[in-house]
Amino acid sequence: MSRVLDGVAASGGVAVGPIHHYRDDLPALPDGRPEDIDAEVERFRRAVEAITAHLARLEETTRANVGDEAAEIFAVHAMILEDPSFLDPIEEEIRQNGVWAEVAVSHTAERVAAEFAELGDEYFAARAADIRDLGNQILRELFGIGPPNLADLRVPSIIVAHDLTPSDTALIPPGMALGFCTMVGSAVSHTAILARSLGIPAVVGIGEFNEVDGTTAILDGDAGTLVLDPTEEEVAAARAEIERRAEERAEAVAHAAEPAVTIDGHMVEVVANVGGVEDAERASEAGAEGIGLVRTEFMFLDRPDLPDEDEQVEAYRAILRPFPTGPVVFRTLDVGGDKQIPAVEIAPELNPFLGKRGIRLTLAETSIFRTQLRALLRAGAGRPVQIMFPMVASPAEVRAARQILDEVADELDRSGVERADEVDVGVMIEVPSAAVMADLLAEEVDFFSIGTNDLTQYTLAVDRTNPVVAPLADALHPAVLRLIRQVVEAAHEKGRWVGVCGELAGDTLATPVLVGLSVDELSMSPPAVPLVKSRIRSLSREVCRELARQCLDADDPAQVRDLLASVS
Amino acid sequence: MDRAEATVVVTNEVGLHARPAALFVRKAKEFESAITVQNLTRNGEPSDAKSPLQVIKAAIAQNHEIRIVAEGADAQEAVDALVDLVETELA
Repeated sequence: MSRVLDGVAASGGVAVGPIHHYRDDLPALPDGRPEDIDAEVERFRRAVEAITAHLARLEETTRANVGDEAAEIFAVHAMILEDPSFLDPIEEEIRQNGVWAEVAVSHTAERVAAEFAELGDEYFAARAADIRDLGNQILRELFGIGPPNLADLRVPSIIVAHDLTPSDTALIPPGMALGFCTMVGSAVSHTAILARSLGIPAVVGIGEFNEVDGTTAILDGDAGTLVLDPTEEEVAAARAEIERRAEERAEAVAHAAEPAVTIDGHMVEVVANVGGVEDAERASEAGAEGIGLVRTEFMFLDRPDLPDEDEQVEAYRAILRPFPTGPVVFRTLDVGGDKQIPAVEIAPELNPFLGKRGIRLTLAETSIFRTQLRALLRAGAGRPVQIMFPMVASPAEVRAARQILDEVADELDRSGVERADEVDVGVMIEVPSAAVMADLLAEEVDFFSIGTNDLTQYTLAVDRTNPVVAPLADALHPAVLRLIRQVVEAAHEKGRWVGVCGELAGDTLATPVLVGLSVDELSMSPPAVPLVKSRIRSLSREVCRELARQCLDADDPAQVRDLLASVS
Repeated sequence: MDRAEATVVVTNEVGLHARPAALFVRKAKEFESAITVQNLTRNGEPSDAKSPLQVIKAAIAQNHEIRIVAEGADAQEAVDALVDLVETELA
């Protein structure tokens, strides 16, 4: 009999395969006392040497695959492993108390970590986590179980974990992850974004999980379910569905480079959301005509310091490179909410999604903002470039941001630095007030990009990271569609263009209503590009317009979904 | 034994945290002298400049004033090099 675990759908698609339960928990500490204390100290020293060597390899791999700055964290870890104030107390405890190395490491790491955690702020909390992490690595070495590692995965599997971080996923060999399933996490977590960019399904927030490795399961990234021990019929149905999607995809990919024009001759620009240089290359290969959203946070996450101007210029140029003529929309640093970066301290907030995030943060931390704007202007020298501000709630914020942009441009001109002179400025429409005031915002900017994920959670008052209510955060809610219509009408009135860059843009079910609402540009994860293009080519704009009218009159998302499901 | 000291203001945006702290410690380790760093702005105790954990714990942020003290054969050289690091490379 199959069992179904419910979670939150985070990346579409279906996978069938064995479960690989990725865990980093440790065995219990050994009882009793060692006989040979010198041997115990020696065992501890060898474990530290092994971890130091492991860190050096990680540093090297990361330097080659990600970059110098990202690799530094491993160098810092290696330095802590040389720190007498960490190592000496461990050796002392082994000698003085006559305990096993495991016991001494566990106690000392916990004590030193607690000292850091007590210092209070988030930065020290992160260092406490580093120390615990190092302690656990030494313990695993002492226990002889090695680092928890997805690099050794040899069977294509559905990876189930408590949560996954970039350092967990960086080492997965290509093709070995059939899908991701996490016990915690949200539709906007690292896991979800990575899965969408790999084009594999993901379900997050399934709660406690204690299954044996190798158990067969079906992961349904659209329904948000993990089916354990499925029946033969269920497996056959899932395989048929995977087959059908693969055929559909192959057909779409064959035509990916062709434009997306409806049967009645209306063209829609199909572009990609990217979170890094590799994504940009993948987007170009997938047939994206440009980039509708560069999440510049990628440069700021998972590192203790801030990227400097030159480093940013280099990364932005690399993202522009695959699109010499197409539009490339850079969203300025969008942190806060559920995305924190170590280098920027945000006081703990009761409601981070309603807190200091996006433009609110960059207007307060102007030195970070200025550095980023300088880098964007420099990177865009000699070509058009688009800059977009996130979390705007009112026109005054746009004016403040534009003023800083102008100042930065003047500075560059005065120092004779080459910079972009064709700069379009836009805002994300994700706060309901921005949608309501779109007519006034349109006077301040060149374009809008509707972030349907946040617009939905704010409009419907649903925390999309809370698995209990997340299913209510349906972007096809008529209220969200009405806001989209309002934004498009206000923008077109002033001759501005409108894109949609939320998940809705990459969902082929939603394509007809977005085309019908006269959205000019759809921006999505690269793997969705060929599918959405192919969907647009099958549609008539006139039919879509009528359909959109019906959707706007629906009174709940289920009705909208029924209407959309009826489109051939 | 030689002794040298200097006070300097940290201008680096993230202070002496993480990577800058690592660079600071790496530099300190190049010298024989015993070296301490003290966060004057926070009325901190002197910390071992060769211990990354101690340096990180000194919670040295942007605009904090720090005192660097070295004792040993190359004390003056050590202080000069660390001040130079803070004022130029980490500025």
